[in-house]
Order: sequence, then structure tokens, then C-alpha cells
Amino acid sequence: MHMLRTIAAFVAAAAIGLASLSASAQDALDTIKKRGTLIVGTKADYKPYGFRDPSGKIIGIEPDLAQDVATKLGVKLEVVPVVSSNRMQFLEQGKIDLMIATMNDKPERRKVVFIVEPSYYASSVNVLAPKSAKLKDWTDLKGKKVCVIQGAWYNKQLQQDYGMEDVAFKGTSEVFTALKGNNCVAFAYDDTLILATLLEPEWKDYEMPLKSILEDPWGLAVKLGEDKFYKLMSDMVVEWHRTGRIVELEKKYGMGNTSFAVKMHEKYKK
Amino acid sequence: MVAFFEWFRWLYDTTGINLTIFYDAFDRRRFIGGFFTTVELAVSCIALSVLIGIVGAWLQGSRLRITRNIVYWYIQFFRNTPPLVQLYFFYFGVGAYLKTTAGVPLVSNVVWAILGLSMYAGAFNVEIFRSGIESVPRATVEAAESFGFSRLQAYRYIVLPLAFRVCLPALNNNLVNLVKTTSISFAIAVPEMLYVSSQIWSDSVNVKEMMNVLLICYVGLVGLFVYVMHRWERTMRVPGYGG
Repeated sequence: MHMLRTIAAFVAAAAIGLASLSASAQDALDTIKKRGTLIVGTKADYKPYGFRDPSGKIIGIEPDLAQDVATKLGVKLEVVPVVSSNRMQFLEQGKIDLMIATMNDKPERRKVVFIVEPSYYASSVNVLAPKSAKLKDWTDLKGKKVCVIQGAWYNKQLQQDYGMEDVAFKGTSEVFTALKGNNCVAFAYDDTLILATLLEPEWKDYEMPLKSILEDPWGLAVKLGEDKFYKLMSDMVVEWHRTGRIVELEKKYGMGNTSFAVKMHEKYKK
Repeated sequence: MVAFFEWFRWLYDTTGINLTIFYDAFDRRRFIGGFFTTVELAVSCIALSVLIGIVGAWLQGSRLRITRNIVYWYIQFFRNTPPLVQLYFFYFGVGAYLKTTAGVPLVSNVVWAILGLSMYAGAFNVEIFRSGIESVPRATVEAAESFGFSRLQAYRYIVLPLAFRVCLPALNNNLVNLVKTTSISFAIAVPEMLYVSSQIWSDSVNVKEMMNVLLICYVGLVGLFVYVMHRWERTMRVPGYGG
């Protein structure tokens, strides 16, 4: 009798296991529609891509893109704040359906999550410099002191290509102080971050004067194996580029346009 | 020469030991530049800090209380704060108030490093020279005075040469420390050896190779310095005086 009860318990457990297995085998799109909510992971500490308004709500370019997806699917949107160290895990574990979280598209990341092509966004390298420096071209930096962040992947290339003398620090706060103290003529950094920095009033005498170079794409991602959702997102990204949605969102949040957003809009609008 | 450099590329391909400073011309140039910046820093700081020590120790014996007070507070300030904090203070704290045109600082980071490190080691040097001066017997100074030497003359021709021999071992210690401390000017982006090494290992991810290269270079540099100072100590020895 006792034995029988144990077997029954096992069978029940197995049945539950199977049921949940078949649920997870279900398509993400079906799950979202059944749930009536699309759960998207975005940054909450990266102005203007994902940040909190005074009421604590997460707003920004990426939550707005997420809203477009929810609208298209005809469901409600739930935004979950993620950070760089947990965003891929959240997606793998199914805590979020979609990740739009300022993530650079890297080969090793493609093994973990399904990064959607074409890229929705890209950062490039540019410089933050005082307007008084009157920089026009990268070649103007030859022999000049240029601040950089230690270990940035483009440091060596910039030195080799343009003959600048790098002044490297650990973090942006040191660089900003050095730049304001005129210890360097410019700060070479991601254009996305420079545009975000220029939103602050204390940088009103500074500009991003050069042509952005060394493009590094960002990828939004779905869970590995979600082919239907991937296709939908891929079409969605093309649609965003075609209509100039990204360029428009950059304007909405007061930042200048990145060269990538402008270029993609030009490419797809034909 | 080219074959010698290419051998290191072969070494990398076959063993994974990546010494870019040999086969990559750009890395080689910047590492050599870094090595000589370290030498430049060390030599300038040694000269300046010894000068500060000599002058400071003399001023310490001044009859004017204000002069003695200034030296006292200088020593307190520089001996009791970490050199890294001092460099940050000079470069970011003071430097920010010296406005100039963009990209052309009034005082460059190299100059700040030389000034800061010299003041730091100089504070110790003042005390080291004082210990030497105090070991010169009062009677010797009195004898000099009775020969008509002024205070400065007695200091220069009698006291200092004797004091110098007494404090040379302690001075060597402090100067060896100073040579090694030049590496903290990394924090204010002075392109010395540690700084360029960190640039190289972030580009080529050859951290362990560069760490070994750094260690060997510092051991060589400091070893050479210690050897020179010991030779000097021996030739300066006055037979029967001091140890």
C-alpha cells in the first residue's frame, strides 16, 4: 500500500514535469498572447536609453521601442529593469520575453541569446571637445593629448591611425575632470554616451565635432530557438529604420542623432 | 634585428607567450618610451628631492621661528599623506584651477608627478639630513665658527659633507623607494612604464607576460641604481669616521 502511494506520487510528479515541459516548448508569441502582457527587459540607469522619471516609471528610447512591440502584438507592456550582468540570464530563464538593453552585439553573446538582425542601434567612436578647440577632423588630433578610458578597445587604433597621445583614466569622472582642467583637448568615447552627456547643462560649451567612426552594433535579443518571435522582431527593426522611428526617438529625448540611426534610415526608406 | 623580433612572433604562435613589445613596432615604441619616462621621472625626482632635503635641513636650523615652522608644516603635510592622494590633489584638485586653453595645461601631468613625488620624498630627505646633521659633534661646528666660518659656510663645507656620509644609507633607502613610487604616476596618466604596460595588456590581453616584463625591468632599474649608490657610498667613506 505504502509502496503504491509512493509510485502514485512519482507518476503525479512526472505528469506535472511533462506538463511544464510542454508549456515551455510552446512558442513565446503564444505565451505572450495568452498572458496578455509582453515583458521586456531594459536598462533603468542609462539615460536616455532607459531611465526612471521622477515617479519611478522606466522611460526612454528602449521602453518606447518595447511599447511599439506590445502595441503590434496587441498586449500590455511590462518593463523589467535589467543590468549588464543579468540581462542575458533573465532572457534565458524566461523572466523576460525580449531584451532591449543597450547590449553590444558580440559573437560570444550570440551563443547565449538570439540577437536580432539587422541591428536596431549602434554606437560609434567620436570625441567630446570644448567648442573653443575648433576640431574639424580626426587628423586635427595628431600629436594632441586625448583622454580615453583605460582598456577601451579602440585606444590603440586611434593612436595608430591618428597619432594622438592618449591620456587614460579608470573612469569617466576622472576623464571629465581632466577634460575640464584642459589636461586633454578631447575625450574619445562612444558617441551614444557623448550625446547623452551633452544633454547636461554643464557641458553647454562642449560639442561632438567629428565624424563618428568604428561602428559597434547593439543587438536586441529573444530567447534562443524562438524563430517566429525573431522573425517578427527582425521585421519590426526594419520597420523602425524605414519609418525613421529611432531618429525620431533620439530627437524626442533631446539628444543629437547618431550616425548609425541616420544611415539606417537612409538605407531602408527607399 | 628583424629576425630577432620575428622570433617573438614565432614564440607567440607556438607557445602562446605573447610579447607584443618585441614583434609589434607600435607596442615596442611605446614600451621603450615608457621605460625612458620612468628613468626621466626617477632622475628628476631624485635630484629635486635631494635638493629639497639639503635646503630643508638647513632651513630647519634657522634662527627665524617662521622659517622653522614652514619647514615643519611642509614635512607634516607631505610625510603624513599618501603620495597617490597627493598626486590626485595636485593634478585634479589644484590643476583644475589653473585655466588655460584646451589641451594645453599650464602644468602637465609629468611636471605634477615630478613636483609631487619630489615633495613627498623631499619631506623624508629633510628628516634624513637632519639626522646626519645632528650626528656632527657640536664641537666641530664650534671649531668652524672659531675659524670665522659663517653659518652657511660651516653648513656647506663642514657639516653637510660629514652629515652626508652618515645619512647616505638612509638616503639610499628613501631614494630606492622613490624610484619605485614613480609607478603611481600611472594614476594621472603619465606615460611611464606601468601606464604603457597597462595600455598594452588591455589591447593584447597579455597581462601575465607584461607583469613579468615589468617586474624584470623594475628589478633591473632599481638594481642598477642600488649598485651605483653603493659604489658611491664606498668612495665617499672617510676612514675612521662613522661606521
